[in-house]
Amino acid sequence: MPENRPNDELLHGASSAPFADQEHYFADEDTSPVLDAVDAPDESAPPTSLWRDAWNQVKVRPLFWVSAALILLVVLVAAFPQLFSSVDPRQCDLGNSYGAPSAGHPFGYDRQGCDIYSRVIYGARASVVVGVLTTIGVVIIGSMIGGVAGFYGKLTDSLLSRVGDIFFAIPLLLAAIVTMQVLDRNVWTVAGVLIVFGWPQIARITRGAVLSVRNSEFVTASQALGLSKPAILARHVMPNAIAPIIVIATVSLGTFIVVEATLSYLGIGLPPTTVSWGGDISQAQAALRTNPQVLFYPAGALGLTVLSFMMMGDVVRDALDPKARKR
Amino acid sequence: MKIQRFAGVTAVIAAGALALTACSSSSDDEGSTSTDGETTASGPSTGIVSVNGNEPQNPLVPANTNEVGGGLLLDLTFSGLQYYDAEGGAHLEVAESIESDDAQNWTIKIKDGWTFSDGTPVTASSFVDAWNWGALLSNATLSSYFFESIEGFSYEEESELKGQGLEVVDDSTFTVKLKAPEADFPLRLGYSAYFPLPESFYDDPDAFGEAPIGNGPYLLDTWTHDAEAKLVPNPDYSGDRTPQNGGVDVKFYQTQDAAYNDLLAGQLDVITAVPDSAFATYQDELGDRAVNQPSAVFQSFTIPETVPHFEGEEGKLRRQAISHAVNREEITDVIFDGTRTPASDFTSPVIDGWSDSIPGSDVLEFDEQKAKDLWAQADEMSPYEGTFTLAYNADGGHQAWVDATTNSIKNVLGIEAEGKPYPAFAEFRQDITDRKMDGAFRTGWQADYPALNNFLAPLYKTGAGSNDGDYSSEEFDGLIDQGAAADSVEDANKFFQQAQEVLFEDLPAIPTWYSNVTGGSAETVENVEFGWNSVPLLYEVTKN
Amino acid sequence: MAATGRKVSLMAWYVARRVMQLIPVFLGATLLIYSLVFLLPGDPIQALGGERGLPPAVADQLRAHYNLDKPFIIQYLLYLKGLLSFDLGVSFSGREVSEIIASAFPTTFQLAIMALVIEAVFGVGVGLIAGMRKGGIFDATFLVVSLIVIAVPIFVIGFVVQFVFGVKLGWFPPTVGSDVTFYTLLAPAIVLGSVSFAYVLRLTRTTVAENLSADYVRTATAKGLARPRVVRVHVLRNSLIPVVTFLGVDLGALMGGAVVTEGIFNVPGIGNALYTAIKAQDSPSVVSIVTVLVIVFLIANLLVDLLYAVLDPRIRYA
Repeated sequence: MPENRPNDELLHGASSAPFADQEHYFADEDTSPVLDAVDAPDESAPPTSLWRDAWNQVKVRPLFWVSAALILLVVLVAAFPQLFSSVDPRQCDLGNSYGAPSAGHPFGYDRQGCDIYSRVIYGARASVVVGVLTTIGVVIIGSMIGGVAGFYGKLTDSLLSRVGDIFFAIPLLLAAIVTMQVLDRNVWTVAGVLIVFGWPQIARITRGAVLSVRNSEFVTASQALGLSKPAILARHVMPNAIAPIIVIATVSLGTFIVVEATLSYLGIGLPPTTVSWGGDISQAQAALRTNPQVLFYPAGALGLTVLSFMMMGDVVRDALDPKARKR
Repeated sequence: MKIQRFAGVTAVIAAGALALTACSSSSDDEGSTSTDGETTASGPSTGIVSVNGNEPQNPLVPANTNEVGGGLLLDLTFSGLQYYDAEGGAHLEVAESIESDDAQNWTIKIKDGWTFSDGTPVTASSFVDAWNWGALLSNATLSSYFFESIEGFSYEEESELKGQGLEVVDDSTFTVKLKAPEADFPLRLGYSAYFPLPESFYDDPDAFGEAPIGNGPYLLDTWTHDAEAKLVPNPDYSGDRTPQNGGVDVKFYQTQDAAYNDLLAGQLDVITAVPDSAFATYQDELGDRAVNQPSAVFQSFTIPETVPHFEGEEGKLRRQAISHAVNREEITDVIFDGTRTPASDFTSPVIDGWSDSIPGSDVLEFDEQKAKDLWAQADEMSPYEGTFTLAYNADGGHQAWVDATTNSIKNVLGIEAEGKPYPAFAEFRQDITDRKMDGAFRTGWQADYPALNNFLAPLYKTGAGSNDGDYSSEEFDGLIDQGAAADSVEDANKFFQQAQEVLFEDLPAIPTWYSNVTGGSAETVENVEFGWNSVPLLYEVTKN
Repeated sequence: MAATGRKVSLMAWYVARRVMQLIPVFLGATLLIYSLVFLLPGDPIQALGGERGLPPAVADQLRAHYNLDKPFIIQYLLYLKGLLSFDLGVSFSGREVSEIIASAFPTTFQLAIMALVIEAVFGVGVGLIAGMRKGGIFDATFLVVSLIVIAVPIFVIGFVVQFVFGVKLGWFPPTVGSDVTFYTLLAPAIVLGSVSFAYVLRLTRTTVAENLSADYVRTATAKGLARPRVVRVHVLRNSLIPVVTFLGVDLGALMGGAVVTEGIFNVPGIGNALYTAIKAQDSPSVVSIVTVLVIVFLIANLLVDLLYAVLDPRIRYA
């Protein structure tokens, strides 16, 4: 047996242990400074959460900044149209009908002789408000009802799902046609009608997502640990449902704005005295064969707005959903 | 009786022979105008003409049809006492003579030999019983008011016209007693409410409504609801309106745009109304096959006396001011691309007796200064406040012109003016009927039959059925009554024109324009002529 | 085996319960629609008289004939009573509502099924490829296409398709009319399904991308399974769950939302019939037609829910 027995001091009272006289080799402790830095935990870094992680992810993507800028622009235009156009959108002179663009009137004139640019600017507010209001309402009501239904199950689920079915079963467009004739026509009633007949979709998605997660181990664990059911629902289950909700919500926001345009086409959207993209698009139909630009401008604005919300939604969802992270 | 029937049969044969010779002679004339490739040397063309239509909203019973969808089919499958040519002139069809000494008691003789498509003869009873049925309160027909002026008619109680205003003298004669003299009574008798009905109708009116049995130039072959109705020529037809084609296919469309696209793609032969979106282009696209001519449709808007600031003398001034503030030329040019004609009276250029120089009609001219002056005068009496609104039904495609009109008023008078859309026609009519309108509202009138008085009495006479603004003027009423009792239609029209002078003063409705007939045809058909009622004379259209 | 047997009987119970629950939903939906139509302002009887209205006596007669002079609850109960004997009422135009539905329903159903198949096949197909090549040109292009389709209102899409492909190019007949065939319904089906196609595309893309980065896919690839097989057997099947849910629900939505498309292409379907009935405030027609749509929707829903349980073993119906 070799006489050399290094690191003897590391063996505590092993002289009487079996194999005590076997040689044991240990690597030298590596104290080189480079590896130290890599291996050592960073104790000075702040604690992170899902949201902070998400933010870190999101802020490096150019798509986020582009869509954020667009959204900000649209919101600004909706809130302060006077900053962007000094022309009265309702000042119309038939003599200018379908007039070409000129100084101060970059988009030209529509059929009634109103300034198209000004109408696009002032029209933002109605469309954006309808879209945002509806989406917020639909998300809040839908996710609450869907979450509760999916989580508690049994009778609650049956009851809530069937109530949702009643509203969901009635086609949105037709329900809107009937309801809008009973009510006054303004942004609140239009949004209200869309919310009342639109929440079941989000509820369904939420319920589905909650159902998938309800039987997972971490939920069982939380229950075992003694957390109350509402707390589990709110803090553990719902965050898993957020990603699909966001996807559908952002797409729906765009859809709601477009539905408002379709309601105007059918004559039951916002009244013509309110400047709105939907109204202008439906009026532009008559000019489709001859002056398509009258359609192009408000439809383009609509499309751009819808696009920006959806892109933002895509980005946020990618950041929040761990499963969607690129490898 | 035996002799009668025998005579009837020979009459039918004779009529048939006459019809055939008429066919061949007309085809000789037509031979020179028909286009390439017509192989038949005699007889009308055999192609089936397709035209756009609307699904009838009621079963096809003449007294219960008051809309164009059913009207088109009825006019082709039935013949009445008279028919109208393209200019609105009335000609005897089933009737042999319609006579009266005092314009109140009429004797109507009908021709022999007419039969319904089930073989039964058309007799005086066919008319009398049909009118009786249509007028009965318990049948609640939609066109019952056409029988209003016949003695015995009542809205309050069940009352048979037969025995009161209507009497059958013999198989080919009956008499009509009116409540008051009406010189233009014969002019009415081409309208569908006055069509005769076979006896089989009374057994099952509902079944009849699905498959009517008529005496017109065509038979209803099939009716596929919401899709189309096919008509074939009626071999037993005995009148002047002989079909010059092999049949008519009426396709029902939900939107005119769809119909127009079909025309462009060669799937439709004749279109009876061009959609808004094609106003600017259709005359180029269709060339000389495009149609744009005046029709018997009058458009206006009404400001009732109950609207604040519009009563009495102040109201008169304001109405005149508003009339001067509407630039009719510009609007018909820009919004309608020339498919409307600015109004110059209260009737229609298509009607005999129309005039564009009735004293007072200059109130219809666009005059900014005058408008401002008149409005200022009214403001001196009582300053105007609030917004001027013009109500309309949004589902009728009116938004564009209402907006243009209110903008014109706004720009000239410097007041707030805007359109007030009602989503549905039903609600719009409801508020009008209940007299709940607090602003102006659009009104319009399509003539039932080509007579001047049809535009005046039903709309502006005190208490008249369609007097939506509750206008009342003794002077006007007096002139209308005098016209109705006049000896001839010409004399009557003079009174009616004088009556319009009163209207120009008071402006119970502010005339805007006459709607034109806009239509067109494809290269596959020839001889497309639009009639006074905006419907083409389909029996004349030829197709190979 | 016992476990499967238990699952099947649980399922059977679930189906039975759901079918029974159809009844209150059905009643709730019909009551809701009936009330809404009842609340509509305007007098449908007067509207029958057109521009010149009807004399009051005639109007009263007609009102009594259609039971419109009775209080709301009586009208509703009379309607329900008729429903039980399959008498769906008579519309203002004199036709039996059941006849209107019988002729219009198959057309719209065919249109909706065609739209569904188109959107499913193309949506899933394109979405799959986009999800596999996430971030690439294909993905970006179709994302933009889907956004454009969603952002442009359907009546504009419909009009453009009809004008360009129907009139100018002549690839399709511009309208359907009485000629209802697979070929004539193609253009309207494409237009009708266009927005849903965009949804399906995006949904498929997202779920496919998610699943591709899941652990089990890594394991399968590590085990040596070929990529196409992994995609086909594992990824596709899991990704289809939310898509199937969406498609099932979409059938009802397509049938109800076809009103604009049917108007543009002149399809004699339920959408048109319903729109006409609403404009005329014809309550029996409106409620009956919506009822049929509701039933279709509920049955589709039920099937989707059952399918969900079959496809996703994580879901248990207690």
